[in-house]
Amino acid sequence: MDGNVLELRNITKSFFGIKALNDVNFELKKGCVLGLIGQNGAGKSTLMNIIGGVIQPDAGSMKLYDKPYCPEGPIDAIKNGIAFIHQELNLFTNLSIAENIFINEFPKLSFLPLIDKRLIRKKTKQLLESVNLDVSPDTIVERLSPGERQLVEIAKALSTNANIIIFDEPTTSLTSRETEKLFGLIKKLRAEGHSIIYISHILEDIKELADDIVILRDGEVVCKGCNANLTINNMISFMVGRDMDQMYPEKKSNPRQDVVLELENVSQKGIVANISLKLRKGEILGIFGLMGSGRTELARIIFGLDEFEEGTIRVNGKTIDKMKPEEAIKNKIAFVTENRREEGLLMSSTIADNISLVSLDKFSKYIFKFIDSKYMHECIKQIGDALKIKCHSYLASQAKSLSGGNQQKVVIGKWLMLEPQIFIVDEPTRGIDVGAKYEVYSILNELAFQGSSILVISSEVEELIGICDRILVMSRGEITGEFARHQFDKEQIIRAAFRQNVETAV
Amino acid sequence: MQKCKEAKSNYIIGVPRKLIQNNKNVIITAKKVLMSEYFVLYLSLIFFAVLAPFVPRFASLENIGNIFSNMWPLLCVAAGQTIVLIIAGIDLSQTSVIAFTSVIGSVFMTQNVNPDIFSKSPLWGWFLSQSGGPLAGRGYAVICSILIMIATGCLIGFLNGVFIAHFSMPPFMVTLVSQMFFGAFAIYLTKSENVMGLPKSFISLGNDELLFIPYSFIIAVLLCILAHFILNFTVLGRYLYAVGTNVKASVVSGIPSKKVIIFAYVFSGFCATIGSILYSSRLQMGRPTMGSNILMDIVGATVIGGTSMFGGKGKVIWTVFGVFFFVLLANALNLLNLSYFTINIVKGAIILLAALFDVMRTRIFASEHGK
Repeated sequence: MDGNVLELRNITKSFFGIKALNDVNFELKKGCVLGLIGQNGAGKSTLMNIIGGVIQPDAGSMKLYDKPYCPEGPIDAIKNGIAFIHQELNLFTNLSIAENIFINEFPKLSFLPLIDKRLIRKKTKQLLESVNLDVSPDTIVERLSPGERQLVEIAKALSTNANIIIFDEPTTSLTSRETEKLFGLIKKLRAEGHSIIYISHILEDIKELADDIVILRDGEVVCKGCNANLTINNMISFMVGRDMDQMYPEKKSNPRQDVVLELENVSQKGIVANISLKLRKGEILGIFGLMGSGRTELARIIFGLDEFEEGTIRVNGKTIDKMKPEEAIKNKIAFVTENRREEGLLMSSTIADNISLVSLDKFSKYIFKFIDSKYMHECIKQIGDALKIKCHSYLASQAKSLSGGNQQKVVIGKWLMLEPQIFIVDEPTRGIDVGAKYEVYSILNELAFQGSSILVISSEVEELIGICDRILVMSRGEITGEFARHQFDKEQIIRAAFRQNVETAV
Repeated sequence: MQKCKEAKSNYIIGVPRKLIQNNKNVIITAKKVLMSEYFVLYLSLIFFAVLAPFVPRFASLENIGNIFSNMWPLLCVAAGQTIVLIIAGIDLSQTSVIAFTSVIGSVFMTQNVNPDIFSKSPLWGWFLSQSGGPLAGRGYAVICSILIMIATGCLIGFLNGVFIAHFSMPPFMVTLVSQMFFGAFAIYLTKSENVMGLPKSFISLGNDELLFIPYSFIIAVLLCILAHFILNFTVLGRYLYAVGTNVKASVVSGIPSKKVIIFAYVFSGFCATIGSILYSSRLQMGRPTMGSNILMDIVGATVIGGTSMFGGKGKVIWTVFGVFFFVLLANALNLLNLSYFTINIVKGAIILLAALFDVMRTRIFASEHGK
């Protein structure tokens, strides 16, 4: 643990006049794991892109092994021994592991323009051994699990003789077993003298892995220190810049007795099993679950996007035989999907077109379904103003020109236009900044207060604890726990998600 | 800081500030023209003005009439293609719809058939006879045949739509297959012979005028108004754009996307049929190879107008300009006495430029709004 491998001095970068990074300084030591944390939009990705040579800083300098380092492109970074393991894996799923690892530079058969397959197979085998992955180098990547693909990425990084490996949210799609394996490997790499930058939202992981921690907020380093001196609560306060209590609006919902949505033994083979739940009027019901627990799939089934084999769904006591999105919308059910870009918005259409999309029928008259655009634009303006969507013009600005938070508001606005009775929101605050999060929570809170029922699906326990009246926990397609507001306990909820509390399940 | 200093001096890198500012205005105006909806119309008019002095016949009244009479049937077909492109599809079967409906309509209403030519046709004897088709000579023959043609065209569009929407097959494949199938079927029915002897009232549709206004013009304009109306003022129109922009988001928003897709192809078949009626009546015959070489004209003219092949973007009025430009170009090349092949080479180059231009325009638009 001697000497700095990488040093960043006064790095500053602005986009369109807004500072994404301001005077950032830190150093990475040899054989150390540096944990980099911060809210979304704090500047982590920008910083990593600068180190990776994807973008150039406006000011400041970097030093690699005490030599000035200013990469002109990603290839420069790779040549200098810096490897990136991205959040979304960058593997070609249709090629084999060996081909993926050597995609940048295939060894040739002497002077012939043919790939030396025997050589790449041999080298790949060694690399896979070093990451403890026991599969054939010829396996097509498509067949590998997300965790195994991650290991292939690491093997690929090692093949370029990388000394610095940057991990960006590596565990989001991994099972707990795979995560454990990955951590083992990271520790092994550290012992071998590699330096690692580890970016994650999961503070517990940072706590376990990191030697040093750098915390970013609004493009500035707000804390730089030794892991041992920081508690998770410290980290959160640094990241947020205020106490946890102020992250959520004051609750004012008052759930009533009438059940608006009822599921009875809803099952679909391999996806969800025997799901029964009741959503009451004015209630905010949270569903917590890890990746692959079936939480999103359940929401899709309720909204009629996916089918189910057994069980019944009742809306206001009325059984609905074949749920379809059209049917769900008729029953005033709204669905804010987790994937805004692909399923929520028409990115290249205007804000007005997006907001009006679901309720066009409301503004149409005569048999031709002629649209009364004047009345419609009035309503769009009302909703946009109420949600405080920041944009040039509702009629001219495209959805893709907005920030994540404002895009989410457009999606919410689209459904508000329908005056929904049941709101299903899947990961409502994914990819939006703290301020916008607060606004989204306030909107949900207000809706529930006015009598709508809300089903919130999230992978962040704190979020659910902050806004829900009741939380259900899902694991492997089943409900494994139910907590009323006065029983909320983060540890208990997470235990239920790992099926370690079967006795408390209701 | 440096920029502030520059702002005070009258020169920027040795060039007078005024000049740069003037040029800036030029650039801004140029951008405005480039981004304008009417760009293709301007282009057509400039093209016409530049070429007219060199090719005297180009601006003659007769030739202008010729240009317009070429324009109307193509416009009808292209209006349908526009709607299909808006939903991010493509309809390659339109040319065969033209041929097939032309044959179907004409065998119903033809009033005299030459037995020497048609005795080999599979329709001979039970359907066609020396005295013409089953509706020959009846008062309602023309209107009935036209309705049958429309029904046939819509049915082909419906089949395309069902395969594309319900079986998620690529539109390119499905419509290419129906192009082959119905194109060949039309030839099979008549053994590649033209069906003559169409009723006078049908022929007058494509050739006569109502108070100096050609019927074909009226029909094309009505069809365009219908398409424009659907796209801009109805719920269905919003749905068409939404499905073309993002199918997944449309489904989540409760849009009956399959029905919307089927509608687009039915409408495309309908438009192709209207085009076929105009072409058949102008040529005074039902022709099994009719339209077989205008596929590039249809798609090309639509794309030149500005409708994007990636879906979600397009207008009927753009297509009107695109068709106008395309017909003007073909006419001019014809008058210059170029060969068929040379004309196609030039047309191809123009379509490529138009597609490139579309990409450029989108990029400029994105960068303007990125700020």
